[in-house]
Amino acid sequence: MKKYTYTEKKDTRSGFGAGLLEAGRRNDRVVALCADLIGSLKMNDFIKAFPDRFFQIGIAEANMMGIAAGLTIGGKIPYTGTFANFSTGRVYDQIRQSIAYSDKNVKICASHAGLTLGEDGATHQILEDIGLMKMLPGMTVINPCDYNQTKAATMAIADLHGPVYLRFGRPVVPVFTDTNQKFEIGKAWMVNEGKDVSIFATGHLVWEAIQAGEQLADLGIDAEIINIHTIKPLDEEAVLRSVAKTGCVVTAEEHNRLGGLGDSIAQVLAKHRPTPQEYVAVNDSFGESGTPAQLMEKYGLNAANIVAAVQRVIKRK
Amino acid sequence: MSEDITKLEKIASQVRRDIVRMVHACQSGHPGGSLGCTDFFVALYFSIMKRKQGFEMDGIGEDLFFLSNGHISPVFYSTLARAGYFEVSELATFRKIDSRLQGHPTTHEGLPGIRVASGSLGQGLSVAIGAALAKKLNHDDNLVYALMGDGEQQEGQIWEAAMYAPYNKVDNLIATIDYNGQQIDGATEDVLSLGNLKAKWESFGWDVLEMNGNSMAEVVSGLQEAKAHTGKGKPVLILMKTEMGNGVDFMMGSHKWHGVAPNDEQLAAALAQLEETLGDY
Repeated sequence: MKKYTYTEKKDTRSGFGAGLLEAGRRNDRVVALCADLIGSLKMNDFIKAFPDRFFQIGIAEANMMGIAAGLTIGGKIPYTGTFANFSTGRVYDQIRQSIAYSDKNVKICASHAGLTLGEDGATHQILEDIGLMKMLPGMTVINPCDYNQTKAATMAIADLHGPVYLRFGRPVVPVFTDTNQKFEIGKAWMVNEGKDVSIFATGHLVWEAIQAGEQLADLGIDAEIINIHTIKPLDEEAVLRSVAKTGCVVTAEEHNRLGGLGDSIAQVLAKHRPTPQEYVAVNDSFGESGTPAQLMEKYGLNAANIVAAVQRVIKRK
Repeated sequence: MSEDITKLEKIASQVRRDIVRMVHACQSGHPGGSLGCTDFFVALYFSIMKRKQGFEMDGIGEDLFFLSNGHISPVFYSTLARAGYFEVSELATFRKIDSRLQGHPTTHEGLPGIRVASGSLGQGLSVAIGAALAKKLNHDDNLVYALMGDGEQQEGQIWEAAMYAPYNKVDNLIATIDYNGQQIDGATEDVLSLGNLKAKWESFGWDVLEMNGNSMAEVVSGLQEAKAHTGKGKPVLILMKTEMGNGVDFMMGSHKWHGVAPNDEQLAAALAQLEETLGDY
């Protein structure tokens, strides 16, 4: 098992804030919009650097999505910022018609995704957003795993023409990817090569998968761990190449089992190489209030759950 | 009456012919609102708006128009074709398979003249505000126009946009409401009263004007007046009184022709009232 260490923990939303500032420096077409959550989205540095290129919309997310669509007409590259719930479910039809169907170059940037939003509870913990966004034709869906990867992804999406859903979170988590990495949209990242099982993980679950991989190594199981940061378009080749070697799959995500990364992987496998698969995901339920760690444990989303899923799936080979 | 107005009226007569022929040919679509807004569209595209030759999505250096109530696509398509954005013969493909003229306007099929999809109501004003903000960022002093329905005023997003634009001094924007008092299920007054629309928009901070949308001379002068109100720190809103079905006597003044196509006999009766001025497609 390749060794991954970290010296600090940071929130992925701060990676977004840093990436947005850098994207703004590199490209003067980049503009930003926020629906009354500047601090939560870490947009302050961008606003300070480029006050004329920032739009405070107020608590009016539908209007924000429409204004973002309009700003692209005239060549701007708008980044919208609010919580994941208000970035997707609340404004699905606005995104569908004014952005996706209209092929507008809007970057929908969503913080506080998933259970790790914590104490605010289920009203704010959207677990369906990946599914909602990946169903839209032409939408790119990205869920990076740490501060550095989120920063790199935030910069990379400015150069991709077309709508993007960029999902990140609230809590501080280990920073273990390279500082100045190049983010390749749609290209899976090989975290650890192995031969006994393929673990495909996204977002906060990547670090959990690494922890699981170390525990599995102690049990004599050689796990291949692949970070699927881009859920759509999915790197099907990387998935199939890995599964050809390992013959069984565990998917891990901070999302509902229905409609998430696991479903995307299952669809590829069903078509090309039917393979036993176990899901580490929220089992078709809403979340609740609690600390992030308590919630990840209660809803079965930590390293121990990945280890257990691997043990189950290996028996099904 | 000036020569210019006469010329615009002739174009409007042809556009109305196109509308009833288009919805007849596919036996679906929305003739009522289309006919009611014909004078507005013709005035906008043939007299008021500064337009460049050809079509570029970004529309830099020219005025832009956004249709929020996308169901009146027949009048939009006919106007665009007659203004030269695409061949008028393409109007025959309206709502048919493999057409760029979808039931509701879309950019998805690459039809020149369309800058955003609309049809699901309430979204167009927000998009127009975004385009107006982009113009300001680009130091492009041209204007952005938007048209909404009156029934559409029942959508919440309209009021999010209504609140945003005055506070942020989006004064390069002229939004118009097609105030015909009708929606699918009946009169707006019976379905969900809009109350005092003028007072509502004024209280949100808009510079509100009123005009008769079914007199070409009044539409042209009303839009010219609206242009004179831009650049003064407030967005401009025009309450445009129209009659649904205007120009075809048996379609006028009723919600019944909101989304119903004429049969062969009704088509003939309608065309008999509308002079062919530019040649049918």
